[in-house]
Amino acid sequence: MKVLVAVKRVVDYNVKVRPKADGSDVDIANVKMSINPFCEIAVEEAVRLKEKGVASEIVVVSMGPKQCQEQIRTALALGADRGIQVETDAELQPLAVAKCLKAIVDKEEPQLVILGKQSIDGDNNQTGQMLAALTGMGQGTFASEVNIEGESVKVTREIDGGLQTVELTLPAVVTTDLRLNEPRYASLPNIMKAKRKPLDVTTPDELGVDIAPRTKTLKVEPPAERQAGIKVADVAELVEKLKSEAKVI
Amino acid sequence: MSILVIAEHDNAELKGATLNTIAAAKAIGGDIDVLVVGSGCGAVAEAAAKVEGVSKVLVADNAAYEHQLGENTGKLVADLGKNYSHVLAAATTTGKNMLPRAAALLDVQPISDIIAVEGPDTFKRPVYAGNVIATVQSSDAIKVASVRTTAFDPVAAEGGSAAIEAVDIVDDAHVSKFVGEELAESDRPELTAASVVISGGRGMGNGENFELLYKVADKLGAAVGASRAAVDAGFVPNDMQVGQTGKIVAPDLYIAVGISGAIQHLAGMKDSKVIVAINKDEEAPIFSVADYGLVADLFDAVPELETKL
Repeated sequence: MKVLVAVKRVVDYNVKVRPKADGSDVDIANVKMSINPFCEIAVEEAVRLKEKGVASEIVVVSMGPKQCQEQIRTALALGADRGIQVETDAELQPLAVAKCLKAIVDKEEPQLVILGKQSIDGDNNQTGQMLAALTGMGQGTFASEVNIEGESVKVTREIDGGLQTVELTLPAVVTTDLRLNEPRYASLPNIMKAKRKPLDVTTPDELGVDIAPRTKTLKVEPPAERQAGIKVADVAELVEKLKSEAKVI
Repeated sequence: MSILVIAEHDNAELKGATLNTIAAAKAIGGDIDVLVVGSGCGAVAEAAAKVEGVSKVLVADNAAYEHQLGENTGKLVADLGKNYSHVLAAATTTGKNMLPRAAALLDVQPISDIIAVEGPDTFKRPVYAGNVIATVQSSDAIKVASVRTTAFDPVAAEGGSAAIEAVDIVDDAHVSKFVGEELAESDRPELTAASVVISGGRGMGNGENFELLYKVADKLGAAVGASRAAVDAGFVPNDMQVGQTGKIVAPDLYIAVGISGAIQHLAGMKDSKVIVAINKDEEAPIFSVADYGLVADLFDAVPELETKL
């Protein structure tokens, strides 16, 4: 079974991002970039499926400028077999990404597509669901457990009230939540090996996809700051303040 | 303008999140229709018809919609949504699962987690875990948006008398099946609806120690939450997680116990009216957002708090 994994290059989760002074965009010049943590979990899940003998080949896709090849190489070092980069310097919104992925799915015909549930920059939580819609596949979003059973996949999903399990006909789309697995670290020999794994480059044009943005960011700003309050000396003072000052108990 | 709001419900009752979503629809302005998709959900439709400001309630009541699988509900929402200028749903796990699917079928780029309405096509939403607020304008003919419920005060649940209309479109994609669910059983209020929330972090040490928080919660009528660290460590189940990738809460009183205050957690609770932090590390970032900070060992302070309430 072939598994397709999509990965995104994002600002590293340890970097605190700030708006530019003119509010036109966020300032991400010279900050550390990494593979989106949810996407890393997606790669790990695919590698585990391969180790179990369920997956036969793992294809990893990323979209964006040339530098996103770094994230493809990271995924290859973790155990993916080959990479595809959809190269563009233009802004890519989730609908456009889903359309490019659909074009790749049509060509590669994977049985399972695994994506992160959201990227930690845009926080949209959309691409997997939109890819599933465009391909007519079932969607196991926010997955905390994935089990392939013959022609279907059982996905346990993290929902507001607890956990829900659904069964999807293959091919299907799965998006990862944080507790699906703990990604491994790439070993040095595997990092070296990843450099020789095949990586094809295509473009949205070649895929026949119109990536024109549908939304425009007019402004970015920092959130309203919350002022620090006071320190209380003990529990008695805390209860007293909550009763008489804040009047919340 | 005409707005379709997708009701949040469990086939038995209309969830409060719907009222916040309708409030966002009111801020946009125009006729507001509510769609109830489910099975045996007549009571939900009746409740929706009573909500202030609703023009019409559409009910799609069919076994195919019983568990609100996104493959089926997304198609229905796209089928009905093409007649509207806006389609809104609460940014719950149900809404987040269904809405992008519907949007893709409508060829629309949806806008997630809106926290303010600046105009009929312009919205504010948090990005980068809430470190940045973006103002976003949509050029799509239909605007599809999920609503962060804590950012909008709910409309009144009573006072309306909308007509109820049955929808007989049955969309069953036959690609997904409900197998089962494990829902947390609790007599305490729901996290996102509680007026008081007490949450524990890594400092709790283990799951048994959360009993200390449950005791305080029962005295205050509070819901109990947790930081991602506590959930990842296996102390408590995932549905208790408060934060950017968990639940977003904004109660009158939020008590953070043994929580350092990672940005991820702050994004989920910093709109609370009053924040209390109890932590033995006086440098913990949680104190920078707390109205009342108590530097103390939680294993002394929490039992004492319980007795003094």
